[in-house]
Formats: sequence, structure tokens, C-alpha cells
Amino acid sequence: MVDRIAKIWGTRTPYPRDALWPVRVDQVLDPGIALGDIDRWVQSACVLCSNGCACDIAVKDGAMVGIRGRAQDLVNHGRLGPKGLFASRQGVSHKDRLTSPLIRENGQLIECDWDTAMRRIVDRSRELLAERGPLSHGFYTSGQLFLEEYYALAVIGKAGIGTPHMDGNTRLCTATAAAAMKESFGADGQPGSYTDIDSCDALFLYGHNMAETQTVLWSRVLDRIAGPDRPKIVCVDPRDTEVARHADVHLALRPGTNLALMHALVREVLAQGWQDAGYIRDHTLGLDRLREAVEPWTAEAAAAVCGVPAADIRDAARIFGTSARVVSTVLQGFYQSSQATAASCQVNNLHLLRGMLGEPGRGVLQMNGQPTAQNNRECGADGDLPGFRNWENPDHIHELARLWKVDPMTIPHWAPPTHAMQIFRYAEQGSIDFLWISATNPAVSMPELPRIRDILAKPDLFLVVQDLYLTETAQYADVVLPAAGWGEKTGTFTNVNRIVHLSDKAVDPPGQARSDLDIFLDYARRMNFTTLDGGPLLDWTGPEDAFEAWKNCSRGRPCDYTGITYDRLRGGSGIPWPCNEDHPNGTDRLYGDGVFPTDPDYCESYGHDLLTGATVGAQAFRAQDTGARALFKTAPFHPPHEEPDEDYPLRYTTGRTAYHFHTRTKTGRSRPLTDAAPRAWVELAREDADRLGISEGDLVRVTSRRGRIEIPARVSWIAPGTVFAPFHYGYWDTGGGPGAHPAAANELTATEWDPVSKQPMFKNAAVTVEKIGDATGPAPAPTTTASRPAAAPGSRPVPATAGGDGAHATETPGTEPAPRFPDAIRNAREGRQP
Amino acid sequence: MNLNIYLGMLHQAENTLAESFRQVAEGHGAEPDVHFLCRTLAAQCDRHGELLGPVVHRYGENSSDNEPERLHAQGLNTTRKGPVGLLRDLQDLYLLASLVDVTWTMVKQAGSALRDKELLAVVEQCDAETATQLRWLQTRMKQAAPQALVAAR
Repeated sequence: MVDRIAKIWGTRTPYPRDALWPVRVDQVLDPGIALGDIDRWVQSACVLCSNGCACDIAVKDGAMVGIRGRAQDLVNHGRLGPKGLFASRQGVSHKDRLTSPLIRENGQLIECDWDTAMRRIVDRSRELLAERGPLSHGFYTSGQLFLEEYYALAVIGKAGIGTPHMDGNTRLCTATAAAAMKESFGADGQPGSYTDIDSCDALFLYGHNMAETQTVLWSRVLDRIAGPDRPKIVCVDPRDTEVARHADVHLALRPGTNLALMHALVREVLAQGWQDAGYIRDHTLGLDRLREAVEPWTAEAAAAVCGVPAADIRDAARIFGTSARVVSTVLQGFYQSSQATAASCQVNNLHLLRGMLGEPGRGVLQMNGQPTAQNNRECGADGDLPGFRNWENPDHIHELARLWKVDPMTIPHWAPPTHAMQIFRYAEQGSIDFLWISATNPAVSMPELPRIRDILAKPDLFLVVQDLYLTETAQYADVVLPAAGWGEKTGTFTNVNRIVHLSDKAVDPPGQARSDLDIFLDYARRMNFTTLDGGPLLDWTGPEDAFEAWKNCSRGRPCDYTGITYDRLRGGSGIPWPCNEDHPNGTDRLYGDGVFPTDPDYCESYGHDLLTGATVGAQAFRAQDTGARALFKTAPFHPPHEEPDEDYPLRYTTGRTAYHFHTRTKTGRSRPLTDAAPRAWVELAREDADRLGISEGDLVRVTSRRGRIEIPARVSWIAPGTVFAPFHYGYWDTGGGPGAHPAAANELTATEWDPVSKQPMFKNAAVTVEKIGDATGPAPAPTTTASRPAAAPGSRPVPATAGGDGAHATETPGTEPAPRFPDAIRNAREGRQP
Repeated sequence: MNLNIYLGMLHQAENTLAESFRQVAEGHGAEPDVHFLCRTLAAQCDRHGELLGPVVHRYGENSSDNEPERLHAQGLNTTRKGPVGLLRDLQDLYLLASLVDVTWTMVKQAGSALRDKELLAVVEQCDAETATQLRWLQTRMKQAAPQALVAAR
């Protein structure tokens, strides 16, 4: 038994380059449950980060009683992380679950039946559509529903109501991944594969604290590091993360300066002649403009802006430029910071310069933050059109109209779909009066919370909230709909490297809770949405109907699912798309042939100017004569709009901890995870703490131009001048509102977003910090993560984070051969379980 | 030689556009994308003016001519409120930027005829940015127009 709170990444199973990552099956059963007690195991995958670890759920007497990783799956080779082990089922099997719809009567939320709740929604919806039209309706969904649910919502919004106001919280987590791939390659679609970790010589992590955000993927890296030929690691992060501790080069740059650093790396690669001239000639466009843009950015120039040594920048560039196989991964440190798309495109550019895409160990992973974010991007319940179609391409709109049997004019395509921050702005201004929020919690996760609370509380905004629990957001709702959770419904979802998993229903949802799909289909029926021939717009009866409809929508597009069935997803490994007649076992990597989806008739986007977000437009894009080549795109560096000054002298950034996911709606209901990171904290560097007279655990007030938080201080190894707070903590478990001591990190963040991806900037703000109370103990921050304390000399050590008896998991290594692509999929198809 | 008339006109138009971008930035602080980008674009216009400086000095700046004077556009002295107000302010910026854009084109024509490499280098640096300013304004207006004209209260 291993304490998987104390040992987040579990026991090492080292392996050499180009070998298969060994199997290790992680398992937890409820106390008192033995293997023989279990009635059945039900196949699923974990939804507590974007990694997509395949798992089986143990069921006994109609309840979920355990979980184990699936050894035969290409993603995790049997492993699970602490969140999957300790919050998957604990996060849904909890007494706090909503079991009945609620409607607001005389200011109070009261229980009612489904018919009453749905009638109230439909009445208001019809009334507004008649009075004010489709632009009065907005839908804000999630990165945590299933593919089938997003597709249903997309069809409802785009073909039923006809509103452009649809987005997901994917806007907050992965919009930049999609935007960067559209700009560089012409369409969304992850070039790389997790198997590239097995083969690389160098691994670059750009603003990606993989050790905490995708713990199982980091286990794979740790096993390479522990092997005989470890890859070099380069970490770009202002915090002293676990990644940084293993790094050969750690670039602890100032928040908001990513693009300056990237310009210097690109410049250095070009200056040293490390580029692949043949690849650039045959497969790319726009090198001259790139060269011109980076020309001023010597390592010294970037060093001055970023606050890192020029020699380290050169070292990093040398590792990139001279290693035979390099993998890059990118996440929130880039996506949620200023010039997000431009900085992330520079990562793509580095790989294009060296012709390192789509081959073993040579690839890019533009990461996702959430388990099903990819599906929201594919299905178009966010700011995209279904099947990676291009809103500026009339042929693509006509395809959708034929598929849905509606008038093309019904489908909004006069402008890009409205992004989340703009949806909330329209709600603030009163031109959106119907807002339906599903499976997300903007009252904690959006920037500038005092403003978000005001918008949600507006009396003339009709707010529907669909969730597992009465979240901070649900408390503002006019109608609350109880949704079924993971393990209580069937559906598919797709992880960062395009691997599709099926999650089967294991148990019944509590009380009257219903699947999100059933709720959307019920709304569509009641609204009487019809096709041109008079039939129902959505005639699906369950998830498999929705999946089959989606396959049709995906046909011939980059995310082609036509070769996947529910049956094929049962028993073996998940399958990476595209999977079709040409690729019957799916596709491990994209673009190995240097052919990119930039054909103007096929591409998902004609692209943008990366400084302003101005659209390039069809005519100018066609004039480039892309010829299936990738595009070098960039923008001039611009300093962050809020920089430290006399009043707010410190840089503020927000982020995550290994033990929680999002706003703790699920992980906060798990005892081992809550014990490991029970309450909010803020991290300060030793130098800053000493100057401000702050010691470990002191209560401090952090103030920005938007608001304040008052939480204990952890003196950590963060870069001096920078302050960090985890964004997970809201108020559902501390009285419901901010009260006297607000704790949510987003009280302080600014309303601002990247001009291209429209992703909000959670990582650039200026704050001031002051002590307001003495410590009563150490800060409630883990010691096992980037929050590790930087103990003052002679001070009492902070007790190490551990889970104890409630946090034990079994780890069984080497039970069977490791899965390999495509055998793991082919074997399952032919009925031979690997 | 009448190029100095157009150089003077361009210099003044860039200044006017810069001031107007700043005016809109301050007037629409509740639209953060408009606020921050207008400040960035104002700085771009300032830089265009600086880059023009040496050329203007060489040819002399003539602002006394009466005829092209009619083409001088008034900047925005104030901003409007609400969704339609935003749209109209952006549209005013669009008109000003269009004047700048076409003036760059004329100056480029003259520079080509004069084989003035210094002037053409300045045009090369600036007119693409002005074109992008126009495209951004159009992108943002097209996004805002339906809500402002159909749904806003």
C-alpha cells in the first residue's frame, strides 16, 4: 500500500528511451471491501484533469465502491492520480448532491418536480424569443460534460434557437491551445502524442506545471528521468514547481513576459543556424516576417524584460536547437497570461523551424485543462463550429444546415461565436436576459469576482444552473437543475492527445437527478425545435444516438470519428482520432507528412493578426496560397497592461494545486484531498515576506484594484516579487459568500483577455500585501508540491503533507505487457483482449 | 513639389487618430479589449508620427495650403455611451484610420516616383499597421453590431 497523498506520483517504474512505459495498476477500494465482494467493474475514464486516464469502477449493491486504472489503455498504462483515486466517486457520491429541481419563489430556492422547473425555463425562453429574438439567449457550459451532451447543446443553440452566444469554461482553460493550433496549422488537432514522452531527448514545459495538473503524465516523465537515458528538462515557470526541481534549465520569468522569452529562443535558434531549411522551404510560410519580429530580441534583451539570466536563455535554446528529439508542452502559464496566442504560437514555430512534428519524440502538446474540453471544441458548444468548421466559410455553414436540415440562415455565422467574457458583458448590459449555465461555476472561476457576482445577481437576468451541487453560482439561479454525474450516465470524451474513451453508467443518479443529455433533449422537445421537413430537430433517445449523429457531423473533418463505435471503445484501449476507413485504428500523431489543414476550403480558420485579433479574412488568406503548408505567425511583444507600481508593487498570479480540481465541487468532497489542502493560501518569496514582516502562516491581506483576499501566507520558493494564490477556493463550504475574509483568488484578477483566443488573463495583476494577523499554525498549503515551504532559519518545520490510512492505494506493477499503438486497439477490435 | 502638403496632412492625421484612440480607450473602459487595444494602437500612431519626422523635416511640412485642409478630419472630442455609442465611436475611428490609410498610399506613390528610399522604408513600416488597425476596427464592429442594433435595450 502506498500513501498517494504523500506520494502524489506513486512508485517509480523506470524505463529507457523508446521502450514502452511499464504497466502499473493503481487501485483503491472502500474500507471493508474485498475484491471478491465486487458485483461488477464498469469501464470509464477519469474526469478530474485533462489527462484522460482509463479506469474501471467497482460496483457493489448499486453503489460505486472502488476504482482501478486500466492496464491496457494507451493513456495511463494502469495508473491513476490522487484526484482520480480519491475524488472520482467520492466527488459524486456525497450527501450534498442535488436530488430535486429547485425554482426561486419569493427570493428562496424551493424544491419542485421536473415538469414545473422545465416549464418555467421554457415559458421564459419562448417569451424572450418572441419579444427580443435569439440574441437574448446565452449558454455557458463546461469542459466536464460528455461529447454527446455538447453536441446536443450545440445543435440546440445553433440550429434550434440560433444564438451566437454559446461558450464553455473551456474559454478559461484551453481556448488558447485551439487558437494557437488554428493559427499555425489551420485547424485544431493535437500534433503530438503522449508516446512522444517515451522517445524524446528533451522536454520543454512552457507554463505547464505538469507535476500537479496532469500527475499521471508527469509519472511517465519521472519514469524516463529515473531511467538510464533521461531527457533534458526545461521549465518555464515563475514558481519552483516539481517540474522546475527536475529541470536542467529553469527559466523563472516574470509573469506577463512569455512572448519576450519566446522571441529570444526563436532568435537564438535562427542565429545559430539550428533550423531545418528544407523543412521550412517545403512545409511552412512566413519565415521572413518571423525573423524580422524576433530580430531585436537578443538573449540579453529578453533577460532584462523577463528577469532571467541571458545564459539560461541561451542554454535553453541550445537544448532545443541541438537535441535530436524534442517534445514541448504548453499550459496555463502561457494560456492564461498576456499575449497568450502569440506566445503559444512561438512554441509551434520552434517546432516548425526544426521540422519536429509528428514523429516519435518530436512533437507539440498544446495541453487542455479539463477532461472533456477537447469535445467542447469539436462539438461547438463553445466558440467553435461543430467538426472544426470555419464560421467564415459559407460552404461549411451549408454543410451543417444540410446535416441538421435547417435553413443556413438559422445558424449564426455573421461573426465568430460570442466568447464567454463578452456573454457576461452582454448579460451585464441587459441584452442577454436568459443565461443557462451547465457544469461550471463562474462565481468562483471567472476573473474579477465582485463584478461576476453582480451580474449573476441581476434581477432581470433569468439564470438556469445545471450542476451536481448547489454551487456558489447555483445560489443565484432562478432554476436549478440536478444533473447526473460521472458513473451515473453514459457518454464519450476525448483527452489532450485525441484519445476517445467511453464512460459507461455504473450506478443510478441520486433522487431525481438526470443526465445533462436528458435535460437538453427535454428542453429541445418542449421547445418544439423542428427541421425544415417538420420533424424534431433532435430525435435522439440516448447517448449512442447522439454519438452516431456526431460521427456524421465529424465525417471528413480533422476530428473524424466515423471509425469509432461504442462497442469498439469497450474492452480495450481508447482510440485516438482521426479514426475512419483510412485510419481504422485511429492516429497516434498528426502532420508527420508535413501536410497541414491550411487549405482554404478545409481549414477551421483564416486566422488573425496576433497583436489585435483582427481577422485575416477569406480573400487575404487565399492569396497566401498556403498549399497545405503551416504558417509562422507572431506578434510584437507588449508588456502586460497592469504592471507593479508604487501602490501595487507585486506581481500576482493564480494557479492550481495537485490535490484539487477547479472550484473543488468534487475534490472538496473528498476527505484525503481536503485534508491535504483544506483552505486557501497565498505564496510569497522569502525576500518579500521578510521585507513585509510576514512569517509562515500569518494572516495577510492581498489587495488589487478589483478587490481583496485575506488568507494565510505560505513563504515558498516562488520568484521574488511574485505572489501566487490557488484559484480552487470559493465559499460553498465557508458560509456561502466572501464574508469578512474573502478567499477566492479571482477576487483580485482583472477583466481582460487575449485578443485572439479570448482567454482571460488570470496570471497578470498587480497587488499589495500586508500582514493583518499572527499565525496560529502553518498555512494550509501542501508541502509536497510547488507550495513547499521555504523555512526560515531556526523556525519550526512545517509538518509534511500525508494522507494516512484513508489515502492508501495498491500499486501492482507489470501485471501484463504494456499497451502499444496500434496493437492495443487492433487486438481489442479483433476480440483479443491484450 | 506638393508632397509636403500630403506629409503635413498625414502627420496631422496620425496625431488626430492617436488622440482619438486614446479618447475611445478612456471612454470605454468597461470594454477591456477596446480599452487596451486602443491604447496600444494610439502608441502605434505616435510612432508613425515619429518615423515620419525626418522625412517631414526634409521636405518641409506645409499646413497652410487651403485646399487639402478640407480633408483634415476632426478627432473625437468625447465618447458616446452604451452599445450603440461604442459602435459609433469605433466607426468614427474607422473613418479617421481610413483617411490615414489612403494618405499613406498617396505618399507611397509619390515616394516611388521620387525613388526616395528613406520615405518608402517609413511607409513600409507604417502602412501595414494602419491596415491592421482598420481590420481590427472592422472585426470588432462586426462583432458588436448585431447585439447593439438588434438586442440592446
